[in-house]
Amino acid sequence: MVDKRGLEVSVAIGEAVKLADADVIAAYPITPQTHIVENLAQLVADGELDAEFIPVESEHSAMSACLGSAATGARTFTATAGQGLELMHEVLYVASSMRLPIVMTVANRALSAPLSVWGDHSDVMSVRDTGWIQIFTENGQEVVDNVLCAFRIAEDHRVLLPVMIHLDGFHLSHMIEAMFFPEQGEVDQFLPPNNYPLPLDPNKPVTMGDFGPPAIYSEAKWAQEVNIRASRDVILQCWQEFGDRFGRHYSPVEHYRTEDAKVLLLTMGSFSETAATAVDEMRSEGKNVGLVKLRLWRPFPFDEIRQAVKGAEVLIVLDRALSFGGPGGPVCSEIKSALYQQEKSPKVVSFVGGLGGRDIQVADFKEIVERGTEIAEKGSSREFEMFGVRGE
Amino acid sequence: MTDSNRLIEIRWHGRGGQGAVTSAELMAQAAISEDQYAHAFPSFGPERRGAPVLSFVRISRQSPIKVRAEIIEPDVVVVLDPSLLSIVNVTSGLKDDGMVVVNTRKHADQLREEFGIKQTLVTVNATRIAREILGVPITNTTMVGAVVKATGAVKVESLEEPIKHRFGRLADRNFQAMKRAYDEAVIQEKG
Repeated sequence: MVDKRGLEVSVAIGEAVKLADADVIAAYPITPQTHIVENLAQLVADGELDAEFIPVESEHSAMSACLGSAATGARTFTATAGQGLELMHEVLYVASSMRLPIVMTVANRALSAPLSVWGDHSDVMSVRDTGWIQIFTENGQEVVDNVLCAFRIAEDHRVLLPVMIHLDGFHLSHMIEAMFFPEQGEVDQFLPPNNYPLPLDPNKPVTMGDFGPPAIYSEAKWAQEVNIRASRDVILQCWQEFGDRFGRHYSPVEHYRTEDAKVLLLTMGSFSETAATAVDEMRSEGKNVGLVKLRLWRPFPFDEIRQAVKGAEVLIVLDRALSFGGPGGPVCSEIKSALYQQEKSPKVVSFVGGLGGRDIQVADFKEIVERGTEIAEKGSSREFEMFGVRGE
Repeated sequence: MTDSNRLIEIRWHGRGGQGAVTSAELMAQAAISEDQYAHAFPSFGPERRGAPVLSFVRISRQSPIKVRAEIIEPDVVVVLDPSLLSIVNVTSGLKDDGMVVVNTRKHADQLREEFGIKQTLVTVNATRIAREILGVPITNTTMVGAVVKATGAVKVESLEEPIKHRFGRLADRNFQAMKRAYDEAVIQEKG
């Protein structure tokens, strides 16, 4: 019997964490992540999930508690958003550098000021270089599936890195939609128990994350870099096996109607679904437009991106974050650098939009494609276009 | 709705605390249990009790729903609180062949005259029904009955499980209120 239910995506995350049988959850509630934490606290209180729920006084403490928990070999989960992710910031580096397999869902949110609880990717971009594996999702099913995958990837002895699953605040976190949940037995087969190789042991005390003097710091960082790049194969393997078992397939870069497309739109997260609808409409109008969706943000899928866009003449990248005084959209900037040394590559146009929860409708995506194509032809004096902004 | 196979987009108008999100959620869950494609979501943001709020439902019998943006050209508009009619333009973007479902004591003719509603108008005194059956003037589940009657988007029976799950020991009375509104709602076709 297939277990299909209509649930709020935040609640579904609790179901996934329960299926993964997490041992420790340490989290602090913040909009739009609150329902995730509330529901997990409820599951633990009701005895449905046999885990320690550690209510902490801040996100800095949440991640610190996760460090300790993961270091003992406990399967560890947390969630945050926006300002909360910012407050965690320094501890995020510690988690990845100490090779602690923590899984965190981030309900992506804008950053203050002005205060905004609504969604965009400003929080994601500020933690880009923290050494976490980072995966974007566009619907509830992808969130559930990738939370399960995240534990397996993080805890794999070839990886031992923390994983962030990004879901757009409100546009995805607060959606009530249909999702399939695998049976417990199937999950147990897919996700073996956590077997952390160096768990803290009171009988054999060790110091972790100690001083790294100049003689060793570079080597430590290089090892970390080699490690996260190598995680790519494990991620692919995990998605492959997930697809074989459950019939839903994931890859670092995904394509939608890109066959023979001269113009490509590139998006991340839940706006991809609306963009796909715009592509359908433009295709039916006889326009050769396709959509490329970036799922794996770190480690960055250089080869797949080059492959995905090589036949196109124009590539329009939509970012939901700004790099002030910089190249515009952070994602676009990375795409450009991935393509710079290629002999042949499309003209890349950067759009920033959907900031602080502003909607981008189907018609807006069509306008973005139209204007982007025009800019690619005629050029522009600007580094990027700020879509739909008043007082430009 | 004559063509029940197409995508139906419903926008709910309520006030914070009246349960507009729950109404949307129940509709979507009923549709999902019928193996239809559906989703529901609130107007995003911090909740403020008493302030006008929106929630949205999309239901499609035939194809998966990809759009996640807010509904700006709805097929159906539902008004949980009659006082909203004078402060919010509830018919904004409503399709010409769409419909408005209102909780009101008034006759449809009077509402048309007061608010210039052109589309099909469905009226029901949900506040009275809710007071009688639930003992409180909270009309969110009650109004679902009127919407189901007017649209045929889901079957009445399909709401039983979602209501049970959501309301526990209060489920029976909520289901009754919903059915009463289904029976009492009056549909006045576009003029």
